[in-house]
Amino acid sequence: MSTSEAPRPVPARPVPTRPVSTRRPVPTTARRRPARSTLVVGVLVTLGAVATAFPFAWMILSSVKPRSESVAYPPHVLPQHVTLEYFGTLFSELDFGRYLVNTLAVVLISMIGLVLMAMAGYGFAKFEFRGKEAIFFLVLATMMIPVQVTMIPTYLILNGLGLTNTLLGIALPTLVSAFGVFLFRQFMTTIPTEILEAARIDGAGEARVFARIVLPMSRPILAVQVVLTFITGWNSFLWPLIIASDQNLYTLSVGIALLNQQVATNPSLQMAAAALMVVPVLIVFVIFQRHIVQGFALSGLK
Amino acid sequence: MKPRATPYLLVGPASLLLIAFGVLPILVALLVSATDMDAAGLGDLSRVSFIGTTNYQALFADPSFWQALGNTAFYVLLGVPSVVALSLVAALALNHTDSRFFRALRSFYFLPAITGIVAIALVWGYLYNSQFGLFNYLLSLVGLPPVQWLSNPAVVKVSVAAVAIWRGTGLNIIIFLAALQGVPREYLEAAALDGASRLRTTWSIVLPLLRFAIFFVTVTTVIAWLQFFDEAFVLTKGGPLGSSTSVSLFLFQEGFSGARFGYASAGSVVLFVIIAAVTLVQLRTRRADVDL
Repeated sequence: MSTSEAPRPVPARPVPTRPVSTRRPVPTTARRRPARSTLVVGVLVTLGAVATAFPFAWMILSSVKPRSESVAYPPHVLPQHVTLEYFGTLFSELDFGRYLVNTLAVVLISMIGLVLMAMAGYGFAKFEFRGKEAIFFLVLATMMIPVQVTMIPTYLILNGLGLTNTLLGIALPTLVSAFGVFLFRQFMTTIPTEILEAARIDGAGEARVFARIVLPMSRPILAVQVVLTFITGWNSFLWPLIIASDQNLYTLSVGIALLNQQVATNPSLQMAAAALMVVPVLIVFVIFQRHIVQGFALSGLK
Repeated sequence: MKPRATPYLLVGPASLLLIAFGVLPILVALLVSATDMDAAGLGDLSRVSFIGTTNYQALFADPSFWQALGNTAFYVLLGVPSVVALSLVAALALNHTDSRFFRALRSFYFLPAITGIVAIALVWGYLYNSQFGLFNYLLSLVGLPPVQWLSNPAVVKVSVAAVAIWRGTGLNIIIFLAALQGVPREYLEAAALDGASRLRTTWSIVLPLLRFAIFFVTVTTVIAWLQFFDEAFVLTKGGPLGSSTSVSLFLFQEGFSGARFGYASAGSVVLFVIIAAVTLVQLRTRRADVDL
């Protein structure tokens, strides 16, 4: 990037190529050669992208190296012998099959939370009832309260309910988020009330109106929420760590955290475990990128 | 047609859960912080007794708590400016042109934000490894001596914060990119017609228009870094000798490793007050800014 703020010679910063009008500019197929500043920024942005993504590449490359190569010094970037041995070890000698099942169970329970958030969003958007403002205020207030502050009292509450060491106890503290409820409410406010009334006049019950009309009409926001719920459920670490004391209930993240302490001398195995956890999310990200980015962008508009 | 119970059935479950795990814990923390609850008291409430402000007095006399507070201040002072500046610069650069190439590059910047911290910590721990880690090898290539990234008390906070900075930028880049969509194209075209350089336009037009986004990102980033936990927990467990322990990690260790629930709850209340106070001060300065 240039450090000078002085006006540059004309070719460096061209006058706009598009006419200044309110009409949408027609995309030109014969593009002008990119300006020099674009090239410089392009190179910097590319370097930044490579640096940001590098740890992932290193993880995947190291996960298929034999141990002798992953602890070799100086390190080789590319594996000399490719092996999938350590992915096998995770499932045969360690209990990662069970951790994977538990993680998927936590994700599934989180999806129930999604339905609860959609219901609440619908209730706040389309019904008038006594105490609505007060309840909605309380719901929004929970957005302000930091997780780390509530960690210990929440554990005490779950303990009082007898839910420690259960999958339900792992999922419950993060089952619904105030922000999720808020997003559903914002979206569902735009559903025309006439459609709902018409269905009711036709004899549809409230459950049917919700399942057959409200949910299908909320598909865009549902898609965003499903993807984000999957990612947060899959990655969740704090509650599985606190609540699961029985090894049978460990999720992938807790299993991997233990691996960090137990077999610190086998980077290949560690990188295989890390890849097992990261690659599914990367795949989900590639497929649903638009939804994820949209969801995060919305979170900035609170 | 609408039964009167319907809205309550709809909003009830989610609201109850949020109140149970969002509002109630603050009250529980206040209550428990005035008791000597420990592992024994957890099973048998009759063994818990009220001890007034003893926990708070002990907390403020505890050098480990002060160390954790100091470390947290360090994390906030290093992390927040880095995250805000890096994500803003990256977003402006990614927004430089609308070409497909620039759009494709965005994904790379988002990746760290969506991946689980535990897996990430393993990867960085390997990169930081003092025997066969890549970073020390890279240093040796340029003739520098090896660094004990995670075991030198003077370096460890920076190493741990670097991972959090790397992980924290993606989300904020998305927020800044969304905000940049709201900058009217006409303004930029007018500036270009007047002969303003790209840098000058960014400085005098784009950045002022992004003021709210910058403010929002700063406030949420400060809150996040005041709660700094994950990276330190998985990379170092707060070591060596507490030199990377944050307040959240201190609370976790006192509460769950030490089973001193009363003591840790007092710490939770203090952390809550700090976060609330810092956030209020930021909101006040923002209001003053708008009034000008």
